[in-house]
Amino acid sequence: MGSAHPIEPPIGTKMESQSLDAPWMATVTNARRPTSRRPNMGDRIFRVLTTGLALTLLAVVGSVVAVLCYESADAIRTFGSAFVTTSKWDPVAREFGALPFIYGTLVSSLLALAQAVPLSIGTALFLSELAPSWVRAPVSFLVELLATIPSVVYGLWGIFVLVPWMRSYIGPALQGTLGFLPPFAGTNYGVGMLTASMILAIMIVPYITSVAHEVFQAVPSAQREAALALGATRWEMIRLAVLPYGRTGVIGAIMLGLGRAIGETMAVTMVIGNRADMSLSLFAPASTMASIIANEFTEATYDLYVQALVEIGLVLLIVTVVVNVLARLLVWRIAAPAAGGVR
Amino acid sequence: MMRMLVRGGVAALLLGIVSSGSASAQLQLNGAGATFPYPMYSKWFNQYIQVDPDVRFNYQSIGSGGGIKQITEQTVDFGASDGPMTDEQLRAAPGRILHFPTVMGAVVITYNAEGLKTGLKLTPEAIAGIFLGKITKWNDPALAAANPGVTLPPRDIVVVHRSDGSGTSYIFTDFLSKVSREWSNKVGKGTSVSWPAGLGGKGNEGVTGLVKQTPFSLGYVELIYAQSNGLPFADVKNKSGSFVTPSLDSVTAAAAALANTMPDDFRVSITDAPGPGAYPISGMTWLLVYEKQRDAAKGKKLVRFLEWMMHEGQKEAPALHYAPLPAEVVAKEAVALRAVTGPDGTALASR
Repeated sequence: MGSAHPIEPPIGTKMESQSLDAPWMATVTNARRPTSRRPNMGDRIFRVLTTGLALTLLAVVGSVVAVLCYESADAIRTFGSAFVTTSKWDPVAREFGALPFIYGTLVSSLLALAQAVPLSIGTALFLSELAPSWVRAPVSFLVELLATIPSVVYGLWGIFVLVPWMRSYIGPALQGTLGFLPPFAGTNYGVGMLTASMILAIMIVPYITSVAHEVFQAVPSAQREAALALGATRWEMIRLAVLPYGRTGVIGAIMLGLGRAIGETMAVTMVIGNRADMSLSLFAPASTMASIIANEFTEATYDLYVQALVEIGLVLLIVTVVVNVLARLLVWRIAAPAAGGVR
Repeated sequence: MMRMLVRGGVAALLLGIVSSGSASAQLQLNGAGATFPYPMYSKWFNQYIQVDPDVRFNYQSIGSGGGIKQITEQTVDFGASDGPMTDEQLRAAPGRILHFPTVMGAVVITYNAEGLKTGLKLTPEAIAGIFLGKITKWNDPALAAANPGVTLPPRDIVVVHRSDGSGTSYIFTDFLSKVSREWSNKVGKGTSVSWPAGLGGKGNEGVTGLVKQTPFSLGYVELIYAQSNGLPFADVKNKSGSFVTPSLDSVTAAAAALANTMPDDFRVSITDAPGPGAYPISGMTWLLVYEKQRDAAKGKKLVRFLEWMMHEGQKEAPALHYAPLPAEVVAKEAVALRAVTGPDGTALASR
């Protein structure tokens, strides 16, 4: 490590001297110099090590995909595209259609987002713009604490608190006011799609809130002050300066939450009612891709059955990737005009 | 003096090595499979240390499907399953696999309906109708006819079933397939089936929780879960026409009633058994063992354990709420055990 020492000062001084006209050039040329001229053992080891670690991660992802494909090859061959387009899941008759689970995963996650996003953005705005500092610290700590609660604990809370509430208060209230709409019609058991989405919403709120809070804090004060100087009210300042500036970051936060919601297993399994059906009613029991795997994998008694469950895992991975890619595209689409508009 | 001390130390060390050498001669028998009998097995494995200190068991309760898979792939010394292996599964194994029943249990119909106490009388037709989604009201004539004098609420029945694959579901759907042609055509039997009606709860505790919380619900769980949660459970009409209360005795009676007709490989279900005292939704659980053991020493220890299990071990079953095997089945099992041999073909049984 002693050899690293003499190199450091030149970098610092060079950077300072050049930084006035072209700071990025300085970093590029200086970063190359030590490795090309005087190979440094420490740097080389560091490079090999980090490259190795990054490749390990790639290998893990690659092997997950490979194993999922390999272990579900028979099921893919047997069912073809019918696997994702049919809705009969009958292990006794050896018929496997995953559509109800794909539907369940997407609907429960999107419903969860619909509930979590306003709650999270509101909380994040309150924390960054409105809250007095003695409120800010404890509240943001509590919000982050929500993220550390294990999902099985959320599931238990769901069973003992949320499900009875749903059955006795929330459900009847919704059915009394909106019962004429198909999503709010049907028998209310307490467990079901809506209850699962509420649990999911609570679980993803801390992720979206804390990232959105960071994003809003990163908005330069100059932006806020400019808006205020032009006579904006506080709400106008948030709408004109804070929200547009943080838009891409907030979308990223929402996608993080969505990813978590899609993969959540335990808490959902405990409150969703586990029924392989696609119902318009939000009170109806449903099932998700993650929950069907958790439910049936251990007692899957023949090969094709196991293969079908592994294929669901593969589909789940693909759905997650597709959702993330769409999110990236959305961020790019929105980021371009937003950047122009702000500056 | 010093030298003597050193010498003594070396001797002690050597002795230590020798004794740890003999300790590693201790055999470990690996098993995997069913979760339903796991509490019983873990108690047996613990107690068996006192019978034979040289054997240790390592049992993974990964589920019946996993147990069958692992014994077929020979990655364990014995498997365990709540449902018998199918002919197809047996053919896939590299050797002949034998089934040895260990303990039995009852699956009970439990419910939560105001005013209904334990002992509601249910006919097999009514149970099938409820789980097929055809009988939807508590005061349906099919229920009322069997329960004269009981006021049944005019409410919808909320059906609850297991969402996870399980031996409990296997026993229950096996029973329904025997008593209802419609069930056997439409749904069939299995660890997981495509349920025509109802909500799914994960595990016995999940179903118990849902039934306990949901007014006017009805589900099926293992007997002990209904008892320990203070939930009522139904008497079920059996093949001989009598309503039988689920209990360890009535489960043993079901197996005893079938002992004479039981096939030699024990691959039989004891649901819908005849006999006045036989509870119809009863099930066995099995250990799966290769007829020809690959390792003579391990095979011998395993067979000795099975002998102990079917005789002395049975006495421990009621304390853990499992029904012991009837004497007729034990006698038959002892005969079957004599077929288990070492790699050279010599029988390993001692009694």
